[in-house]
Amino acid sequence: MTALAPSQSDANAPRLVRGGGRGGRNRPALGRGKGLLLPVLLLVLWEALSRFGVFAPNLLPAPSKVLGAIADLAVTGELLEHIAITLYRVALGFLIGGAAATLLGAATGYSRTARELLDPLLQSLRNIPSIAWVPLFILWLGIYEASKVTLIATGVFFPVYLNLMSGIQNVDRKLVEVGRVYRLSGLQLVRRVLLPATLPTYIVGLRSGLGLGWMFVVAAEYMGASKGLGFLLVDGQMTGRPQIIIGSIALFAIFGKLTDLLLATVGERFLTWQDSFSSNHTRASADAADR
Amino acid sequence: MLRIDDLSKRFDSGVKALETVTLTVGQSEIVSLVGTSGCGKSTLLRIVGGLDFPTSGSVLIDDEPVAAPRPEIGIVFQEPRLMPWLSVADNVKFGIEDQPRPVKDELATAALAKVGLTGFAEALPRQLSGGMAQRVAIARALVTRPSILLLDEPFSALDAFTRLKLQDHLLQTWEFDRPTMLFVTHDIDEALVLSDRIIVMRGHPGRIHQEYTVDLPRPRRRTDAAFQLWKERLLTDLDLSVEA
Repeated sequence: MTALAPSQSDANAPRLVRGGGRGGRNRPALGRGKGLLLPVLLLVLWEALSRFGVFAPNLLPAPSKVLGAIADLAVTGELLEHIAITLYRVALGFLIGGAAATLLGAATGYSRTARELLDPLLQSLRNIPSIAWVPLFILWLGIYEASKVTLIATGVFFPVYLNLMSGIQNVDRKLVEVGRVYRLSGLQLVRRVLLPATLPTYIVGLRSGLGLGWMFVVAAEYMGASKGLGFLLVDGQMTGRPQIIIGSIALFAIFGKLTDLLLATVGERFLTWQDSFSSNHTRASADAADR
Repeated sequence: MLRIDDLSKRFDSGVKALETVTLTVGQSEIVSLVGTSGCGKSTLLRIVGGLDFPTSGSVLIDDEPVAAPRPEIGIVFQEPRLMPWLSVADNVKFGIEDQPRPVKDELATAALAKVGLTGFAEALPRQLSGGMAQRVAIARALVTRPSILLLDEPFSALDAFTRLKLQDHLLQTWEFDRPTMLFVTHDIDEALVLSDRIIVMRGHPGRIHQEYTVDLPRPRRRTDAAFQLWKERLLTDLDLSVEA
């Protein structure tokens, strides 16, 4: 932690403590784990109730059974394949959808002409339910990877596009004017004012895009796959193995959370400057310096 | 030398903001524009800064017309308008980005020292008080060593104590490079403390109503009898009950 103080060693000098960084930096270790408390408690309860026969094993198998089934898959190496292909599809769809959304969102946010031209069309496409695309994508792109990745990319596209466009449109006009005072070119203005100012909403867009990516990968793998966590889900249903169904749901939750955490952590590094309720910074006695 | 010549401004909405304003400001002169709100004084400043355009008439700096923001003009707005993602030092360097790094560092350090914020270079804007943030904005405007500094009610959003302190501070800072200053305010005390000349604007559209050369010796003390006399005179002339 860096403490900043004016050069004079005045005892009354204001001290600024650099805030930002990770949310729970100064909290005791116990505080960080608080979010795990309830899930662990529920798991224990679930296990106990299953063992006492309250839950029918063919409807809701015990957590230990689920874990066992997943472990069996892991031992044969099959699980890794499923996870890898699903991650690959989400990653590729996220990259393609995110990139397209970034380009179009930047264009429609920055240029009025582009907005008037493109936005009405994109907004109406947004209202089409994801599953409705499935037959069309299969018809056009076949049943293999291309149609799946396209479906995921479609899901990722809209939140990223919307957030970026509105983010750019909502950049403080007054900051843009500072850019004008210093005679920044269009590109310089984008790089030095618009882009950093838009970053917070852009990251929100990327995170919700990734969330939709995970939703759409299930839809994509439902529509016919021989591998992947979504396939595992369907397979569990077909073969009457509820432990596999629950296991794949849990794996979706875990990987969805992990990838979101990754994105959030990367994002936070760029957003330490934000003055928000959650950034628990210390403004302390800065006002005193004016007196 | 700054010359505003027969300048009028009509907004796209049809509202007339300024009418036939003519004003000459000499090198290193400090001139205040005072007037009731809506008399077009801020619009005038924006036109001088190249951020807005006159409908007719012109602004000339050393006989060259102003059509866009120019490097020899520095502007301080009512709000600090700092980039929240940049450190104090990087905000100060905002306008000198094209200079080599050591030059930038040196200029920024010097500018921060002038406004009394040495030691805050690495702080982020959100960690600053309103007064400190406005001082950073002044440093950002000064770092390019402008020959003309435009200030649009820079202290109006600050509390009374901070305002007094920053007025004195601005004068001290002005001593380094002695830029020509055009200062918009609605605070008569502020105008009297700072200005060589006070231009009173009135009406819709705004016109120059009265012009005063303030002959009070510097440094000016707000409590002096002569200062109070001046204040009374201005207040009487500005009598707000009489519409222009």
